[in-house]
Amino acid sequence: MSKYGKVFARSLIGAAATFAVVAMVGQAQAQETLKIGLLASLEGPFAAPGQDGMRGADLALKQHNGMAGGKKIEFIKVSSDATPDKAVNSTRKAVEQDKVQIMIGPLSGDEGIAVKNYAKTQPNVTFINGSSGAQAATLTDPAPNFYRFNTEGAQWMVGLGEHALGKGYKKVYLIAEDYGFPYSQVQGFMASYCAKGGKVLDKAWVPLGTKDYASVIAKIPKDIDALVVVLGGSDAVNFLTQYEQAGGDKPMVGGSITVDQTVLNFKGKRRESLLGTASAGPMADSIDTAEWKKFVADYKANFKDGFPSPSLFAYLYYINTKAALDALDAVKGDLSGGQKAYRDALQKTNFKGPAGDVKIDGNRNGVGTTYITEVAKAADGSFYNKVVKSVPNISQTLGLPEAEFKKMGLGTRDVPDCRK
Amino acid sequence: MNSSQAAAAAARGNRGSATVQPLPVRPVPERQGDPPRWLAALFRPIGWRHAIVAACVLAYPFFATPFFTFQIGAQSLALGLIALSLTFLGGYGGMVSLAQMTVAGFAAYLLAIFGTSSNAAISLGWPWWLALVFALTLATVFAAAIGWLSVRTEGIYTIMITLAVGVAFFYLAQQNYTLFNGFQGFSKLAAPTVFGVDFGQPMAFYFLVLACAAAGYFFVKHLIHSPFGVALQGIRDNPRRMASLGFNVTAHRVGAYAVTGFLAAVGGVLMVWYNGRISPGTVGTGAMINILIIAVLGGMRHPIGAFIGAVVFVLLQNFAIDLVDRERFNLVIGGVFLAIVLFSPDGLLGLWQKLRARLSRLPSNKVTQPRPRPHSSTKSRSET
Repeated sequence: MSKYGKVFARSLIGAAATFAVVAMVGQAQAQETLKIGLLASLEGPFAAPGQDGMRGADLALKQHNGMAGGKKIEFIKVSSDATPDKAVNSTRKAVEQDKVQIMIGPLSGDEGIAVKNYAKTQPNVTFINGSSGAQAATLTDPAPNFYRFNTEGAQWMVGLGEHALGKGYKKVYLIAEDYGFPYSQVQGFMASYCAKGGKVLDKAWVPLGTKDYASVIAKIPKDIDALVVVLGGSDAVNFLTQYEQAGGDKPMVGGSITVDQTVLNFKGKRRESLLGTASAGPMADSIDTAEWKKFVADYKANFKDGFPSPSLFAYLYYINTKAALDALDAVKGDLSGGQKAYRDALQKTNFKGPAGDVKIDGNRNGVGTTYITEVAKAADGSFYNKVVKSVPNISQTLGLPEAEFKKMGLGTRDVPDCRK
Repeated sequence: MNSSQAAAAAARGNRGSATVQPLPVRPVPERQGDPPRWLAALFRPIGWRHAIVAACVLAYPFFATPFFTFQIGAQSLALGLIALSLTFLGGYGGMVSLAQMTVAGFAAYLLAIFGTSSNAAISLGWPWWLALVFALTLATVFAAAIGWLSVRTEGIYTIMITLAVGVAFFYLAQQNYTLFNGFQGFSKLAAPTVFGVDFGQPMAFYFLVLACAAAGYFFVKHLIHSPFGVALQGIRDNPRRMASLGFNVTAHRVGAYAVTGFLAAVGGVLMVWYNGRISPGTVGTGAMINILIIAVLGGMRHPIGAFIGAVVFVLLQNFAIDLVDRERFNLVIGGVFLAIVLFSPDGLLGLWQKLRARLSRLPSNKVTQPRPRPHSSTKSRSET
């Protein structure tokens, strides 16, 4: 028995020695720099967008020459797989283990709500959103140290309702994925569309990643003017293909991530029918301003392995990171006193971003510009999203007075409703 | 299958340590004996090594940061408890079930539905202890039902049918809004405050999980030596012979599913308190396979393997990103798993056995016989 004692003791000592060495190496690596945590989805369904989000943040830091407030900035990058559990675990690691004082992220909506709830337990750390766009993150029970400089899913669709009515779409049928982000998008569209007399005859909520739309297509009424399609990525392409095969011929109105490059490169017979498809979002590839062109040029110059043009996620991470770094400059890197001065500086943020002004409201949520686009044909025959209108200064209450917005409530499967 | 081993196999609950006497096989597989013997059996598996490990894990939160206490310590133990249920079912029952995470998730969902959560329209708002009792009971029944369904199959077919059950539950949870609240699930599921102790705090939560994990560990160790456990191992090795000896094979197997289902349910409740929320992603295919990875990583020969596997798994998940390029860290995780399984089919426990054999030979220059390994004949097991 004592022999096992020796063996056991020896192994314990070995383990302790290994642990001590690891701990010492960890100590030696600590330097006099300011650490900022950066969370994006580098695994799972949003891995490619997450990578592009990181590019956006890197670009903002590069334009600051890697410095802010007189200190060298080091990003502590952590990853999630787009689930809230993983996002909170990764954030907790960056905050409690790597001791970051400022945390940027996450990428998707439900992650944002979970990180906001975690932020409440860490009052001395400032949390800045990455690209998540759930309404509830800043509208319901907001955290005083969670800032979001971008606008969210519902704000991105404001103005599209009037635009659709202007095109003569009085009755529409809606197909959307069944989770938080499309709920917000649909509310942003319907809030003004219903108020101005439009009718959404019915809504088909399909699970994320649906392959077969036959049952949905069969239920589309004959007497509608257009379809509102709030699907993303492969879901949108699958629906479009099957709708075409079923002989559908109604025009389409898209959500912020519906009419992207994969849909524009759609090769079906009715490709031409995509022309004129309206959608809306916080940015568009073809914004005709000097700021946007400089942003695209910088992105292309810095990331040879990036997309042909910065994605939505690169743009959102970029403006959030830039706001975080600018505020650090404003307070000269002073994060003392529970970061009070720094948070005041964040609150006063107001700069001209690549796609319009960046500023926040009292709930620390972005107030910004939405771009209404339509699919158009370029000189070389390729399709692109042409900006037809920009709507500045959209608040989180979608331009409604706060009481009226509260009466409507946050977007869900059944809210808002205007069938008849 | 080597049938000459089968007779001995039934009595092989013995782990081979000097103090343990092989239990006689009793024809009636009931767990309770006369009280003194029962008590002795309860304390028998506790050795001095356990005392040292216990001291370490008890002192751990006083030295570690809250991050290490909560995210590494508590999460490892909770995951380890779910993996322990698979270790018992797979290692001692010969039934590898992928649905252990499903049972855990089922308990977590029930806790949210019966108790309080962010979704007041669905949650019934019962006091936490009542919700807990119902969640654990119904999850155990659910696990027994999965057992009924899958005991007719063996080997890879058991994996397939439990995978099917797990995936079906995942889609049900994702698409049902009246009961499971679909994609968004439930949030604000905090651990309760009992007698002024807020179990949501890292240290209190750690000790809660530690107590559950230790109870689960010793329960399984006890169960292995109990007539039920011995009979189960006999069934694992030769079900036909056990049936001819008068054992009800199906009942034992379903019983094993129910018992492990209870362990998994406790782990699931701890996980939901840890995360503070439950959504379909928690019971997805990836999470189901993670439990299998943890069990295999640690080694399925001994209950402690589940916890060792969980610690390594959680450490890798958290710190692999610091080792290499941010976009490639999953390669490290996969590489380590591959290396362990490749070089030691028995997981980390197998490595430990080899190391111990080497270490015990080195100091005194004389060749000593390594301790007989528990369940050293695996060839007759219905390996999957």
